[in-house]
Amino acid sequence: MNASLYLRRRLTNYFNLTVSVLTTLFGLFWLGWLLWTLFSNGLQWISLDLFTQSTPPPGEAGGLANAIVGSVLLTVVGVLIGAPAGVLAGTYLCEFGRGSRFASVVRFVNDILLSAPSIIIGVFVYGLIVINVGHFSGWAGGVALALIVLPVVVRTTEDMLQLVPDHMREAAAALGAPQWKVVSAIVYRAAARGIATGILLGIARISGETAPLLFTALNNQFWTTDMSQPMSNLPVVIFQFAMSPYDDWQHLAWAGSLLITVTILLLNIIARIWLRESK
Amino acid sequence: MSTELTTDGSVPTTDTRSGSSGHLADKAFRGLTQFFALLVALSVLGVFVTLLVGAWPALEKYGFFNFLTTNDWNPVTDVYGAVAPIYGTLVTSLLALLIGVPVSFGIALFITELAPVWLKRPIGVAIELLAAVPSIIYGMWGLFVFAPWFSENVQPWMTDNLGGWPLIGSLFQGPPMGIGMFTAGLILAIMIIPFMAAVMRDVFETVPPVYKESAYGLGGTTWEVVWKVVLPYTKIGVVGGVMLGLGRALGETMAVTFVIGNSHNVSGSLFMPGNTISSTLANEFTEAAGEIYTSSLISLGLVLFLLTFIVLAIAKVMLIRLKAKEGKAS
Repeated sequence: MNASLYLRRRLTNYFNLTVSVLTTLFGLFWLGWLLWTLFSNGLQWISLDLFTQSTPPPGEAGGLANAIVGSVLLTVVGVLIGAPAGVLAGTYLCEFGRGSRFASVVRFVNDILLSAPSIIIGVFVYGLIVINVGHFSGWAGGVALALIVLPVVVRTTEDMLQLVPDHMREAAAALGAPQWKVVSAIVYRAAARGIATGILLGIARISGETAPLLFTALNNQFWTTDMSQPMSNLPVVIFQFAMSPYDDWQHLAWAGSLLITVTILLLNIIARIWLRESK
Repeated sequence: MSTELTTDGSVPTTDTRSGSSGHLADKAFRGLTQFFALLVALSVLGVFVTLLVGAWPALEKYGFFNFLTTNDWNPVTDVYGAVAPIYGTLVTSLLALLIGVPVSFGIALFITELAPVWLKRPIGVAIELLAAVPSIIYGMWGLFVFAPWFSENVQPWMTDNLGGWPLIGSLFQGPPMGIGMFTAGLILAIMIIPFMAAVMRDVFETVPPVYKESAYGLGGTTWEVVWKVVLPYTKIGVVGGVMLGLGRALGETMAVTFVIGNSHNVSGSLFMPGNTISSTLANEFTEAAGEIYTSSLISLGLVLFLLTFIVLAIAKVMLIRLKAKEGKAS
């Protein structure tokens, strides 16, 4: 009887552990399938034209140059607004707000913002900026992206500053440095790489965001660097072209998808390597 | 001796001087960081107020509860109700949890208990990369690759074999189109697995080794240790992780927009096309003409915001409670 009990326990164990291995393979399987699809459909349409010509009308040859430039501009604006604000807010949480009630409220809200649907951010910026200005614009798109970068940077900044040992702060304070100097000259320097990683992850996060740009930057068929006008960007172009019935447009959509995904995966991998080195 | 005293005395004076200017700079720096922290806290309030203002015309016309319970979405007659999108959102998200939770648990179990040390990191990173792939890529892949394959190879089989079952059979009946609520739910599951698996892995690692060692010492198998020691200890954290995944699934937009079929109907079959709040917004927002139409869409956004806010808040509270427990144990 004991033998059969042991056998049953062992079998249950083996069965469940096998299932656990299978679920892991299940997860990896989708990643493999996705990447394979992207390369097999996208690679053949990558060419120099992609980077030098603007999005074409259906049936004509063209590239994604205006969308790529638009995406880069929107991302830069998003990061330039979101990252400094995020670093400062994260600094408050770690350096001044330890144990305070206000800081825990901020932390709570920030974590919710981190997972909030990006389309809601789009509607928010639409109501805040687009309606009041009267038209879609690159600036509105940049602000929407900034709101998505912000919580990522706040979170990583706080985490990274907490890794800096208090001895360093105490040593600097003992030398007579005021707190702003302790933070800016000692703590920031020690955590620089970690903070940079957070910003990099923020960039990776917004590079593929589509939903918030639909209602803010919208799209533009032509080459423009004017942020006050509707602005072309890769994700929205991919969305529009993929949903279209035209073969040429769909090919461009696949090429654009490959471009975006490879960029994002590289950013993520670089961020991880940095993070490991900074710890 | 006396010189030493004077130098000693001069140090405090310079110190006080730099101290007073430093004090001012300190205050300014602290104020600056506090301002941005306040901005973060206020942003969610700002989102809520903006949505409420935008939604007001529609809510005033229909009433909040009437809007929630009307099953009609007709831009021609200008009548809008949220039943179909809310139904689609809930069905696809629950389906995503049904598939995603066991898989995430399996992955977390594999990474924390089974994988050899050299494999832990690469597997963890690969699963996390699944989360980094933008949602629009999932959408394109779902529409052009997965849906045709699914409608040819899996869907007919499911209709034949599961369609006749009592109770749940009707869920699997319908034309094999590939797109629809089932496909949307499955893709959502793949997208939220990395988030849930990461949280579960992290909370599993908070279990004090002594607990596990004791259980192993009593002769428990790996499965028994996980099921009877690790899981009960981390229960709150696991539920928090699942709620986090649910929050993501509720608001996911682009992937769903590609594969759900975008039709405003409430259907008992998972194979029928449907709609979610976010896909309705993505499809119709920029084309909506008329104040009530736009306002109704913003009302949908408000519903989604409240829904995800509540779910994410619960998730956060549960994770905080686990952390507090961990602090007490150590």
